[in-house]
Amino acid sequence: MQNVLTTYELTKDYATRAVDTVSLEFKPGEIHALLGANGAGKSTLCKMIAGLVRATSGSMILAGRNYSPRDKKEAERYGVQIVQQELNLVPSLNVAENLFLSNLPHRWGVLKTRRLLDRARQLLRDFGLHSIDPCAHVSELGIGERQMLEIAANLSRDCRILILDEPTAALSLSETELLMQHLHDAKRKGVAILYISHRLDEVERIANRISILRDAKLVGTWPQNTLNQSEMVSFMTYGMDRPEGSSTGVPTPQQPTEVERLHSHPPQKADPLLILHRVSRRPRVQDISFEVAAGEILGIAGLVGSGRTELLRLIFGADRADQGEMEIRYSPAASVQTPRDGLLPLPQTPSQAVERGIVMISEDRKSDGLWLPQSIASNIAWSKFRGNFVELLRPFSSRPANSTAETFRRSLAIRCDNTQHVCEALSGGNQQKVVLAKWLHRDGTIFLFDEPTRGIDPASREIIYQVMRDLCQRGKGLVVVSSDLEELLKISHRIGVISNGRWMKDFQGPDFRREEIVAAMFEGYQNQGKTNVKENEVLQ
Amino acid sequence: MSSKTVRETSANNSRAWQQLPLQYAGMAIALIVLVTVFSLRSKTFFSAATFTTIANSIPDLTIVAVGMTFVLIVGGIDLSVGSVLALASSIFAILLTDRHWPIWGAGITAVLCAGVCGWINGFVSAQYRIPAFIVTLGMLEIARGGAYLVTNSETKYIGSSIEWATEPIANLAVSPAFLFAVLVVLAGQWMLHRTVLGRMAVAIGTNAETVRMSGIRTLPTLLSIYTLCGALCGIAALIQTSRLSTADPNSGAGLELAAIAACVIGGTSLRGGSGSVINTFFGVLIVSVLQSGLAQMGASDPMKRIVTGLVIIFAVLVDSLRNNQR
Repeated sequence: MQNVLTTYELTKDYATRAVDTVSLEFKPGEIHALLGANGAGKSTLCKMIAGLVRATSGSMILAGRNYSPRDKKEAERYGVQIVQQELNLVPSLNVAENLFLSNLPHRWGVLKTRRLLDRARQLLRDFGLHSIDPCAHVSELGIGERQMLEIAANLSRDCRILILDEPTAALSLSETELLMQHLHDAKRKGVAILYISHRLDEVERIANRISILRDAKLVGTWPQNTLNQSEMVSFMTYGMDRPEGSSTGVPTPQQPTEVERLHSHPPQKADPLLILHRVSRRPRVQDISFEVAAGEILGIAGLVGSGRTELLRLIFGADRADQGEMEIRYSPAASVQTPRDGLLPLPQTPSQAVERGIVMISEDRKSDGLWLPQSIASNIAWSKFRGNFVELLRPFSSRPANSTAETFRRSLAIRCDNTQHVCEALSGGNQQKVVLAKWLHRDGTIFLFDEPTRGIDPASREIIYQVMRDLCQRGKGLVVVSSDLEELLKISHRIGVISNGRWMKDFQGPDFRREEIVAAMFEGYQNQGKTNVKENEVLQ
Repeated sequence: MSSKTVRETSANNSRAWQQLPLQYAGMAIALIVLVTVFSLRSKTFFSAATFTTIANSIPDLTIVAVGMTFVLIVGGIDLSVGSVLALASSIFAILLTDRHWPIWGAGITAVLCAGVCGWINGFVSAQYRIPAFIVTLGMLEIARGGAYLVTNSETKYIGSSIEWATEPIANLAVSPAFLFAVLVVLAGQWMLHRTVLGRMAVAIGTNAETVRMSGIRTLPTLLSIYTLCGALCGIAALIQTSRLSTADPNSGAGLELAAIAACVIGGTSLRGGSGSVINTFFGVLIVSVLQSGLAQMGASDPMKRIVTGLVIIFAVLVDSLRNNQR
């Protein structure tokens, strides 16, 4: 069968290489699954095919012709459609208007409402979405219905290649069933489908072929029936150098490489500093309990979307939890002390969390970590404020703020002409250092880090690790979420794995087994059918 | 500390001092150009009488504009300033004439009432996350209704007992009210840069989510800023009442737009996070010089409005072009 799309050595360079010479073939009427751990390059590859990102090098052939889309519109003209995790529906318009937004039926600019509704009803019927009213506003629909609607809208257009990025993440079991059916229908019509998912049992069920990416490179492509789930996980973890080595024919089985570790010694057996009891915010975070000791770094591993960030936000009070309690036991080593000990509800606001000594270095420095148009000195100075009435009347002098900023500039090696520099103009690494300085200036007992080194140069990375080590030595408790498993292996005393919103396992350092951790990351998504059915029964 | 750093820091401080007047230079030059043009075109413009008139007609607008500057800096807006001013002035007049309260008692009560209006604006918009535009639009109606209610929709004549505040001081040509307004401007500028409240206002206006995620409470700052804006409207009401010798429940109509115009001409961003009280003062001066200059050149009232509108747009255009360049 002729390929509908072929990629030749497709490559994309950002600060590092995100996709490295990947060559793939897509056949009409075939579901091609793309698997890989975080940062393996799946999303970037899809974006290049869908015209959202231009390739650095390499080429693509679509139906025998050279294909290099400049933007999403051009890709769509060629019949390449992508359904991303963030949806492109207009919430304030109704379902019918959304489905035909690009060519609304009209005469002299006056909408032909009846024809629009008829067409929408027809389309929804074709897709088995009987429950959706074409007159309903999209904002009234659930997230799963929206996802189905968007997929339906894409398939209703001229579609040769359909790219689905984690389409079932927000879907209920019955909706997932429905989606599977439609994918089968689309397949029969000759659409080539590129399917990205963490849910290996789904992949096993519907994919015809499976390609696995690891560290931006293609490991290989297999027909579906030649791989089982544990082999998939193993390929995602080690690539071709599987320890067993038997089925791939690679002769030298490799032991997990020894990582250079941040700490020479494990922490002394210390009492727990923070204890979390059954924290939930359904469906993203379900019943998570753990503890962190003074002087310990607890790494949290998990796939993107598994609920890691959400968990940290709950502990920090940025979002409200459905349930859960925390206990903070202050060790003498910790410098911040508050009289409130014992079992506490989770903080309701970040300011409450900070009062308890919990601080969070968030994932998104641009939207909530920094005051970008302001100077480095201002950013650091402001973090010390509580925002209370009494404090507001106080005079503010910029001189101590400047000297504090100057101290941090030197100790963290923030590269700038002076501390009056606006943060907007700094590089990612230096911006992150300012965020860090902000919180070090504020100080706390428990430090939550969310993706502390994402998109950051190696030199800055080392400095951030140094800061973490210093904090440990001062008896603070650290919780670090990272997509970079190597990083977690290097810095953590202990690694906890979250999968699909649940706490899977704890791994005690210093000798972590990488493959066990990766396997645990996928565990919550495997063989989901049974557990989900059970849950549905309980709910009904 | 290495010697290099020392030099950098000191150079840095002195640069900051040099930049300080530079921020106002643009506005000052614009004002001077305006005065020069009018002086050349109209023989009567460049005279002590003109400047005295201008100086004594702007204190109320200046004080309201200072409050508005702070509200705009936190990323809000207050449309109710004109109505709150009318309410405060009405309360002041009623207490003074019908209830025979002493001036100070009536004045303080009026300012407090205006402050409460501002507090309500701040509380509702900050606590329940309702856009300030909507809340203050509601307050615009409420306060105006309140003003009609307390005065029975009548203009109250007060008389000479309060006129001293806006009459020129002998040998000085300007009124106590003008001096007070200048004081408010200087205090406002000081507050913006040298108090925690001012710095928090800039922080919230720059990025409120960062403030929240830094574990800082925003409600106290927002309440203080809106309350301050309300109270300043109350003070402006006293000054206006003194200038007109009467309290008119219809007064202050369109004042919110005049105040916003002054702020915007002075370079305050409607998106929040940046602004300068002194530049707002320059904004007030530019508008009033424009008005009186055009009047002396014989421009009609409609013409004056058209030119003022053009100046507002031109000022923002210059500002936006300069920001893009940077």
